[in-house]
Amino acid sequence: MSSPAKAKAPRSGASKPGVQGGRLLRYVDALREAVTQEMERDERVFVLGLDVDDHKGIQGSTLGLQAKFGDQRVFNTPLSEDAMTGVAIGAAIAGMRPIHVHIRMDFLMLCMNQIVNMASKMHYMYGGTVSVPLVVRSMIGKSWGQGAQHSQGLYSMFMHVPGLKVVAPSNAHDAKGCLIAAIRDDNPVIFVEHRLLYSTEAYVDEAPYTVEFGKARIAKAGDDITLVGVSNMVIECLRAQELLAEVGIAAEVIDPISLVPLDMATILTSARRTGRVLVVDNAWTNCGASAEILARIVEETSGGTGKPITMRRMGFAPTTCPTTPALEQAFYPNPATIAAAVHAMVNPKAPAWSPAPERAELAYQRQFRGPF
Amino acid sequence: MPASTKLTAADITRIYRSLRLIRRTEEEVARIYPTDRIKSPVHLSIGQESVAVGVCDALTDADVVSGTYRGHATYLAKGGDLKAMMAELYGKATGCARGKGGSMHLVEMSKNVLGASAVVGTTIPLAVGYAMALRREGKGRVAASFFGDGATEEGVFYESLNFASLHKLPVVFVCENNFYAIHTPISKRWASEALCGRVSNFGIPTHRITDSDVFTIRRIVADSVADMREGGGPVFLECHTYRWREHVGPMEDYEAGYRDRTDMETWRTTDQVERVGALVDASTRRRVNLEIEKEIQAAIDFAEQSPFPGPEELYAHVFAGQS
Repeated sequence: MSSPAKAKAPRSGASKPGVQGGRLLRYVDALREAVTQEMERDERVFVLGLDVDDHKGIQGSTLGLQAKFGDQRVFNTPLSEDAMTGVAIGAAIAGMRPIHVHIRMDFLMLCMNQIVNMASKMHYMYGGTVSVPLVVRSMIGKSWGQGAQHSQGLYSMFMHVPGLKVVAPSNAHDAKGCLIAAIRDDNPVIFVEHRLLYSTEAYVDEAPYTVEFGKARIAKAGDDITLVGVSNMVIECLRAQELLAEVGIAAEVIDPISLVPLDMATILTSARRTGRVLVVDNAWTNCGASAEILARIVEETSGGTGKPITMRRMGFAPTTCPTTPALEQAFYPNPATIAAAVHAMVNPKAPAWSPAPERAELAYQRQFRGPF
Repeated sequence: MPASTKLTAADITRIYRSLRLIRRTEEEVARIYPTDRIKSPVHLSIGQESVAVGVCDALTDADVVSGTYRGHATYLAKGGDLKAMMAELYGKATGCARGKGGSMHLVEMSKNVLGASAVVGTTIPLAVGYAMALRREGKGRVAASFFGDGATEEGVFYESLNFASLHKLPVVFVCENNFYAIHTPISKRWASEALCGRVSNFGIPTHRITDSDVFTIRRIVADSVADMREGGGPVFLECHTYRWREHVGPMEDYEAGYRDRTDMETWRTTDQVERVGALVDASTRRRVNLEIEKEIQAAIDFAEQSPFPGPEELYAHVFAGQS
């Protein structure tokens, strides 16, 4: 175990989003800035989706775009997710670059046929003669009673299918860079946003830039355990890391940023060094991103000469998401449960430990007051 | 060309040539099929050629078509390369999709033939989206979307009609109604046979062509397309037609009992290939027929002599920009 002093000292390998400069910007505003800049740069880019042009503008992420770019490039759609996904694909193969926006990821289940049977396969199935530069933006809900059908993180379903890229940026800097990269990508990209990240701020360069897919970020360096967080679970892991530092455990927090392609090299390097991996997913563990990451670690390390790696994963409780806060609280991993799990992995023989509940609360959770 | 223009002998010969090419190609596919050299399920259009030919003859090269897994006719009628199609059926590297698509996924973007899908109804909204791009482009191009009667039962069909009509997009919706979804007749699937009524409720003009007349189909599409090129919205055609062979495969299947051979024989009396052929003078017809036989044989030779894709092709084209 590391000393507390050591735990607090950042490793030189740690990179911080936006350290190059820029302004503090909210995630939601970073998304809007990315789309605005790409629409100014490339007239083929357009935005469609239910409520993208209303007075709320997808929590503000599309607000003002129609006034700026007109109703041919930013338009509302009927509640026809299946056909509208097909329309977006059709426009994409015609050379346009659609951004199809869904205010909840749960609604992507209505798009599955088009995404899985068409968008993912067309480049391959048609021998490379077409490409599908499509961005599917979708938001995961959480908190204040979002309940069973507004809270799901269903990205592993898309990770399963070759031909789709899946990205889940956890901060405003990566949100802007990933969205620009997604728009410029010639492949379908499932862009996963988490509603609770929308109000979080990071330093964001004003000039357009891309964040490369397939390159994980070490959000916090540490030697005792590798924490891999997905989407907003990166934030929860960072909070857990702070709590753990107070008891002398140095957790390394890795943000894969993109799930397809997945930067296993960074995760493996860290895992081999720390000897412990906890993947914290913003989804169920069964057949999920956490299962995939751990399976690949096993495949890469089993039978090797390195030290054995202790592995665990956390995610949604294996239940439907309950609406009442009394149960919802227990449904999600949180900094306290993550920290407790890490403590047990690092000190398997020590008595169970858990941080004080009031210490485990996240700033953004305190900020959010509802009603929705 | 304007719909009102009377068809010339050359027009009729061209239409005959297209009908005959499709018929003979598929007859050859059926002949070869039992040898197992064709490495793909085939859904033959024999008996249904006039719909694809009637529609495509009213389009220009710059217009776009979107077909189905029963798509040989659409592909060829729009000018798709026969050699590339045959090679695709053989699973060869020279196929229109490098052997990775097969009969159900014919594509030829250079001829504006969008790729076909094996999932019924799936390509309908793609044609609508493509038409939206064409409207934005502003050159007066249109898209024709072919689908079967079964596809009209899919929700995405109605979603697509609504969006196309709402935005007045230049789409010719073409329902090839052969009365069976695989083996299930319309009587077991439709609460009402008023398909055109359902569609017209979306504010879309409809046409019901019950005799498969290639010239009627051509004229209606030509008129509709002329309007679309000036900014007009979608149109819908319900074209009755009849599949002579089994749903998938090279054989007839009347002994299976789900439909009567007499139905086919009735349709055969108005077979458009024979009918239009009879309008072409005998020496021209002989010349065309001979050319078609040579073309088909050349395509078969090409397919047989072409190599299979190498193992490296397995991982090529998973993502654009990687190979």
